[in-house]
Amino acid sequence: MSNQEITKVQELIYTTRVESVMAANVVVIDPSMTVSQVKDLMRDRRISGAPVVSDNQIIGIVTISDVIRLMEEGKLNSPITEVMTTEVRTVLKDAMVSEVINNVGRQGFSRLPVVDHDGSLVGIVTTGTLIRSLLLQMDKSFQKNEAEKLYTYRASHIFQDISSDDTSLMLRYVVNERDFDNAGKASSMIKRSLQRLVVRPQIVRRVGVAVYEAEMNLVIHTDIGGEIIVEVRKDRVNIATVDHGPGIEDLKRVLQPGFSTAPEWIRDMGFGAGMGLANIKRVSDVMKLTSAYGQGTRLEIVFNFGPESLALKTDSQKA
Amino acid sequence: MNIRELIDVLQGKMLVQNHDPDEEMPLGGAADLMSDVLAFGSEGMALLTGLTNPQVVRTAEMAGINVIVIVRDKTPPPETIDLARDSGITLIRTGYTMYEACGRLYKAGLPGRGLVKIQNDSW
Repeated sequence: MSNQEITKVQELIYTTRVESVMAANVVVIDPSMTVSQVKDLMRDRRISGAPVVSDNQIIGIVTISDVIRLMEEGKLNSPITEVMTTEVRTVLKDAMVSEVINNVGRQGFSRLPVVDHDGSLVGIVTTGTLIRSLLLQMDKSFQKNEAEKLYTYRASHIFQDISSDDTSLMLRYVVNERDFDNAGKASSMIKRSLQRLVVRPQIVRRVGVAVYEAEMNLVIHTDIGGEIIVEVRKDRVNIATVDHGPGIEDLKRVLQPGFSTAPEWIRDMGFGAGMGLANIKRVSDVMKLTSAYGQGTRLEIVFNFGPESLALKTDSQKA
Repeated sequence: MNIRELIDVLQGKMLVQNHDPDEEMPLGGAADLMSDVLAFGSEGMALLTGLTNPQVVRTAEMAGINVIVIVRDKTPPPETIDLARDSGITLIRTGYTMYEACGRLYKAGLPGRGLVKIQNDSW
């Protein structure tokens, strides 16, 4: 358990950007201020340090220990620009949190001003803002895990909770032609849905491979996109991808591994090698391809759950 | 081999971390053809590729691959990084070419799939 939590912190510091852990309202020191005024500012705003900013550019930094030292030296009336630290370590707003930790902990800085790419001040990170936001994110990810467990529990009981002679669940997904930004989204959702239904991981993986190849075929080859229909039954999942054109000219050839009609730019993306249908065939229990040239294509794929059907599975599986 | 050792061997840089650096990878593979990935990909495998588009992440997700290594020091577009973050894929970049990255990992003890027979060509 504690091991897992450490891992979560490690993950967060390598994947979280500084921007999301900084305080955006920075108390700044105006270059015209004296040490005495800075002392009052720090007391009133309850801060232990602040950058000196002119035209949104950081020209120095002053901490409370600087102020104490200056008071001892009797320099309360000196202009702050004469006594501030002018070499200021800053961090870019889109740097990872790990960079802050490297600087803040070991180097003895207790705060780092956060800057934009043009060097202007956008926030500040201190050990306090850092710990607060990391704890908040850990709490969020904990809640997300709990929610996922609940979804899985609910979904996996559908075959027990709903009474009928034969229950099945239909899922429909629309796939647009040439929409590479969203290509694979439907497959991803199908995979997640089957996981929530507690389908065996090996079968989920096989369905994922097949449905992803089929989805890419709709994206790459159709004129007006198509639809993926998934029917989850107790003992199997039936998948149909349906489109309305252009259809396949030569069904025999299209089933030959290596045959492809994909244009060059599709191949540059890593697709169109002519292995899609071969892959689907390999991972599925039944595959049926029908097409009328000039009209459309229908691909049907079946995966049998075998001896571990869903109804049996959910009893033994903890949610 | 675990993720930390892989990064060491490839002098790589972690772009997106979704796994414990101590997590073991049973084997490795390399491809620029997404259908190949789907054909030989297996649970927990490390995938080396020269492609950087978001479809690489989708493909890995479908094949149950956790770790993607982008070779030749290419920088993936932000969409790829965002998708990797959301879909729980760990993304690593290395300056080595595909050939050398594979060679170094294999030599360091990360095994491959062995002989693969996809299917006979008759239907």
